[in-house]
Amino acid sequence: MSAGEYQQATRASVRGGGGTTPVAARSRLLSFVASGAPLVAVIVAAAVFAPWIAPYGEAQFVGGVWDPPSAQHWLGTDNLGRDMVTRLVFGARNTISIASLATALAFGLGVLLGFAAAAIGGWLDTLVSRAMEILLAIPVLISALMVLSVLGNSLPVLVVTIGLLESTRVYMIARAVARTIVVREFVAAARLRGEGLGWLLAREILPNTLGALAAEAGLRFSFIFLFIASLSFLGLGIQPPAADWGSMVRENAQAIDFGLPVPLYPAAAIAFLTIGVNRLVDRYLAAIARPGAT
Amino acid sequence: MTRLIAARVLAGLVTLLVVSALLFFATDWLPGDVAAALLGPQATPEALATIRASLGLNEAAPLRYLHWLAHALHGDFGRSLATGRTVLGVLLPRFANTVVLAGLAALVSVPLALGLGIASVMRAGGRLDRLISTLCLVTISVPEFFIGYLLILLFSVQLGWLPSLAVLNGGMSLAQRLGAITLPVITLVLVVLAHMLRMTRAALLSVMSAPYIEMALLKGLRRRTVVLRHALPNAAAPIIAVIALNLGYLVVGVVVVEVVFVYPGAGQLMVDAVGKRDLPLVQACGLAFAGTYVVLNLIADIVAILVNPRLRAA
Repeated sequence: MSAGEYQQATRASVRGGGGTTPVAARSRLLSFVASGAPLVAVIVAAAVFAPWIAPYGEAQFVGGVWDPPSAQHWLGTDNLGRDMVTRLVFGARNTISIASLATALAFGLGVLLGFAAAAIGGWLDTLVSRAMEILLAIPVLISALMVLSVLGNSLPVLVVTIGLLESTRVYMIARAVARTIVVREFVAAARLRGEGLGWLLAREILPNTLGALAAEAGLRFSFIFLFIASLSFLGLGIQPPAADWGSMVRENAQAIDFGLPVPLYPAAAIAFLTIGVNRLVDRYLAAIARPGAT
Repeated sequence: MTRLIAARVLAGLVTLLVVSALLFFATDWLPGDVAAALLGPQATPEALATIRASLGLNEAAPLRYLHWLAHALHGDFGRSLATGRTVLGVLLPRFANTVVLAGLAALVSVPLALGLGIASVMRAGGRLDRLISTLCLVTISVPEFFIGYLLILLFSVQLGWLPSLAVLNGGMSLAQRLGAITLPVITLVLVVLAHMLRMTRAALLSVMSAPYIEMALLKGLRRRTVVLRHALPNAAAPIIAVIALNLGYLVVGVVVVEVVFVYPGAGQLMVDAVGKRDLPLVQACGLAFAGTYVVLNLIADIVAILVNPRLRAA
């Protein structure tokens, strides 16, 4: 909160001063770094260009067990002698792509159902809302463990399970936001014009809820990302030899007993991405809350 | 008020029932069945048929659910597929360990969250407030296992003060047990503290912007008196709700922390059972965790009704 106010103040001073003095440029740089954008950009770039950036192959054995950092291996090697930097880069690719897919599914389903429940109302609203409340009464991790114990943990199962479970949270928010829109005059006007449900959802409700939903998408992504990392850490998520940050922590956990911080690298990577996304969302919310701001 | 509470308890019971049905049908609807899993790939069709009949697998699914529920209510969850021991015999001691771990974490974190939350509202925007807010943001974004391994690296490997594994066995004294459990408890406290603290602070701050608070401040009361006597009672309901919610979060957070410290609790048990696809054990663990979560939420609702004077007349 205070950081946001600080940034606003900085921005104002930058604008007021013309933004050309070294001090203003420096504070603008600081504010940009604090927004989390560079952090997220670096990690996403690593994920996208993984096969071209990574110095070695994803599952290539290049050294001894837990070799210390060196010129060839900047962060040393892992429990099987694979290059840690390479594993981290590919881990970003695997974990982020699965989290993105699950987030997309959760949003598609949650928003569609939430909007429909708000627009149609009546028994449909009651039925879907009750069902969602029941699902929300079970902790997500417990539900996920139950499903994975039955269906095994292939990637499609993982994505669909997490997407479905998280869609309950999205539904609650989408419905709440849409309910404030459907009572507005322009929606009534569209209804009177005889527009169908599809038009109402896509052309009337969606544009007016986009801001709130975008912020929620960011938070939901970081939550789903953390959740997948936890599942992988428990050995029930993405399976070896594919690299992903959660299972890398698990595979290298033993190194801690020898005083080596190896499992902390992927764990810190997880933390960095989550903090970066959260900062971006905060900044975005502050920006749309300020009238006249771009 | 009694009627309100009775309605909440009833709703809670219905939720529990539906949750149990969900858990049963989720694990029941599976490719292959328990009989095949029990006997392995070499089973003859005759043996399979015999086992199916003896397990009651030929009955319709709703009937089997009712049987399962009736047995579960009598404490009979069947036998573990992996070890053949009764599920209850395996689960109970493990669940008791989990309750000890989560309970200790709650005992430490709840007063700490309240105290720090109130302290940061005393001087909102002050140095302490900003420090607490930043620390909260960091611990919320960091996965449980990061905190856990960091603490192990620091306190057991570098400093050698505490054991890195929370293994319990019968020959340990109480002091040894407490020593073994310290790091997992600290990890759990750090995980839930940030959530509780942030929401306690938010609840107090939203009350602090009310006109009657301004009145109290304008008539010259000290900020401490205003926060403790005027704001806190009115923020009690949301704060209690937040605390209960986070105790529920504790129930889940405990799973990961138990795995980090190899603590013999129900979370570790459930993760192992999922890996081995030991369905009766998974069902029982799931029911135990989900049940605790539902009951905690129910208690939160009831306490919220009790502390709200406007609902006392109803």
